[in-house]
Amino acid sequence: MALKGLDIFKISPKKNCKECGSPTCMAFSMKVAQGAVSIDACPYFSEEAKAKLNEATAPAMKTITVGAGETEHKLGGETVLFRHEKTFVNKTLYAVNVCEGCFDGKIDSIKKVDYERIGEREYVEFLNVQFTGDKDKYVDLVKKAKEQGRALILDCKDVDAAAAALEVCADCKPILNGATPDNYAAMCELATKCGVVLGVSAGDIDALYDTVAALEAAGNKNLVLDVTCATIKDTFATAVQVRRAAIKDTDRTFGYPSIVDVSKICGGDTTLEGALASLFTMKYGSIIVMSEMKYSEALALYGLRQNIFTDPQKPMKVEPGIYPLNGADENAICVTTVDFALTYFVVSAELERSGVPLNLLITDAGGYSVLTAWAAGKLSSGSIAKFIAENDIENKCKNHVLIIPGKVAVLKGELEDKLPGWKIITAPNEAVGLVKFLKELNV
Amino acid sequence: MAFKRVPQKFNASINKVVVGTGDKTITLGGENVLPFYTFDAPIENKPKVGIMISDTGLDKTLPGIAAFYGDAESLVDVAKKAVTAEGADFLAIQLASANPDEQDASPEDCAAACKAVADAVDMPIAVIGCGNRDKDAKVFDKVAEALSGKNVMILSAREENYKNVVASAGLAYGQKIGAESAVDINLAKQLNTVITQMGFSGENVVMNVGTAAAGYGYEYVASTLDRITAAALGQNDTQLQMPIVTPVATETWNVKECIATEEEAPDWGSREQRVIDMEVITATADLAAGSNAVIVKHPASVAVLSKLVNELI
Repeated sequence: MALKGLDIFKISPKKNCKECGSPTCMAFSMKVAQGAVSIDACPYFSEEAKAKLNEATAPAMKTITVGAGETEHKLGGETVLFRHEKTFVNKTLYAVNVCEGCFDGKIDSIKKVDYERIGEREYVEFLNVQFTGDKDKYVDLVKKAKEQGRALILDCKDVDAAAAALEVCADCKPILNGATPDNYAAMCELATKCGVVLGVSAGDIDALYDTVAALEAAGNKNLVLDVTCATIKDTFATAVQVRRAAIKDTDRTFGYPSIVDVSKICGGDTTLEGALASLFTMKYGSIIVMSEMKYSEALALYGLRQNIFTDPQKPMKVEPGIYPLNGADENAICVTTVDFALTYFVVSAELERSGVPLNLLITDAGGYSVLTAWAAGKLSSGSIAKFIAENDIENKCKNHVLIIPGKVAVLKGELEDKLPGWKIITAPNEAVGLVKFLKELNV
Repeated sequence: MAFKRVPQKFNASINKVVVGTGDKTITLGGENVLPFYTFDAPIENKPKVGIMISDTGLDKTLPGIAAFYGDAESLVDVAKKAVTAEGADFLAIQLASANPDEQDASPEDCAAACKAVADAVDMPIAVIGCGNRDKDAKVFDKVAEALSGKNVMILSAREENYKNVVASAGLAYGQKIGAESAVDINLAKQLNTVITQMGFSGENVVMNVGTAAAGYGYEYVASTLDRITAAALGQNDTQLQMPIVTPVATETWNVKECIATEEEAPDWGSREQRVIDMEVITATADLAAGSNAVIVKHPASVAVLSKLVNELI
């Protein structure tokens, strides 16, 4: 249980010396309880009191770092079970299996999915390097996988082979997903020696718990939990209960990120595999292992992930700029809306559906929707005119027609004053009316 | 020390709503745990998967659709094929032809078409309007009358037209009413409240709390579903205990990932696979967050979602 401010105050030095920056020990204790400042800011707390506090205030779920340099990722560190309670911190990452014999055929299709969506690179972050029985060939496979600029998971329960593989890739800090109830002691030693994160699997929630407890007793707290079981149902039950035990019931034995290998439970049905990837993106997979990442799946899955892992307190924004649609050039007419991602997507989808070439001008409106931005003064005739001037749109676009959102029809007159020579047209109130409106537009 | 299970069973539950008649009814809702949390308590009624057909025809440019529906052209023939889709629990008829901006079909014609379908198939039915509030109210009035006794879901009544829809389809003809709100827990609750204040029992209401395709503001959908489930079960909020029906296909087929042709987006691969993956991934997310029924269009999506649900429960 997290400590309350008063509990912390009881064991504080009560000197009110202000050296920590807070006016009183009471105020300081309250801030520590909220997590706003570290206990270390006070020079007078006894070591014993600090140890007690660190234990009590440590996050329920650890943040685990894997990979090195450009392939470094953070996993876990979540504090809530539902995003509306606060926010999710570290997004779900995706891995694709590679094995001896299938590597060359697969790596190109893995690399093909690599694009940017609202400021985020969407690609397969991990290669799950499967051990298939031959140590030397596994080492060769790991060497090849290491060259691909992705973080690695060594999917290998054989201690000898894992040791040989780590000799060639320990520096890129892979996850050694190999500990089981049978071999955890040897795997633990290997992972600790090489300084890599150890993945633990047991196929059963009780055995998983016991194995994690044994690893913690051996001093290893640099773990991820492979919650994959024999069936979809058991895997889901394990993924949810592990996360819930950690966050709701503060059972720290389960306070680690998870790996869900959906390639093992989808029965070879790749569309079902996509559904499972969606399920575990919603519910508590830190890394999802798949047999492949089809472009068609990626489009939906990365979109879903980007939505689920946005901070509910911050609107998603697109970059202000000129977005030519439907093959628009300098002769196309202009249309404008705000930079709120949801508005942008809905409006641009309708504009694209109309087939009419258009230059979509996205101005910086603070990431608000049209009416909110207008009310907050972020979308005004001034802001639009300034955008047009700063981006030299007078010269870039020969056709001086600008369509503005119907909800800010009130700006039409002001814009006509500020943009002499431009024809300002008001669009319908709702995006759904745009296709018909544009098809009938006569300019 | 062994793992200590702490089941999260609630003292409240989602309403049970029965759709259809005779042997082929479906029951939505009834659970007192979070979606698919069978490890906390058994879930009696699995989430359902509906297959959607539209009265403006099929997209036969998709090979899978063309192969599945074959030479079926009329709405009745298409419906007869649709109900054979593996895993389909109910049939959703979208009356797109009623759209006043396009074909502007009359309410009488829509009602006759629905009646013909209902006479030809014995699967429970949902009727989806064209989206124009005024027109939908008129269409639903005639459709509900024509289908009286069939116990269908009318999707849906909204803030602007609920009085007419509930009075006619609900109170006069005894159909189930879908209450549709725009991705906001308060709007959903308010609409349920005013509908029940008309004397229409909340036991006959399902909710469409709004939907979006994955990637298109879906965070609002997920959080609205999460919050409604939490309020319904955790706080015993009786105005939010209606089962949730999500017409996924009405959103997913319209996003650019599903519209773009293979010539326009050569990297993206098969358009049909994009359509299926977008439906399946979005619908799975809806189910994971608390939807009791999802409606999709592609038979392959229906099959996969049904398989997923059967595996989980």
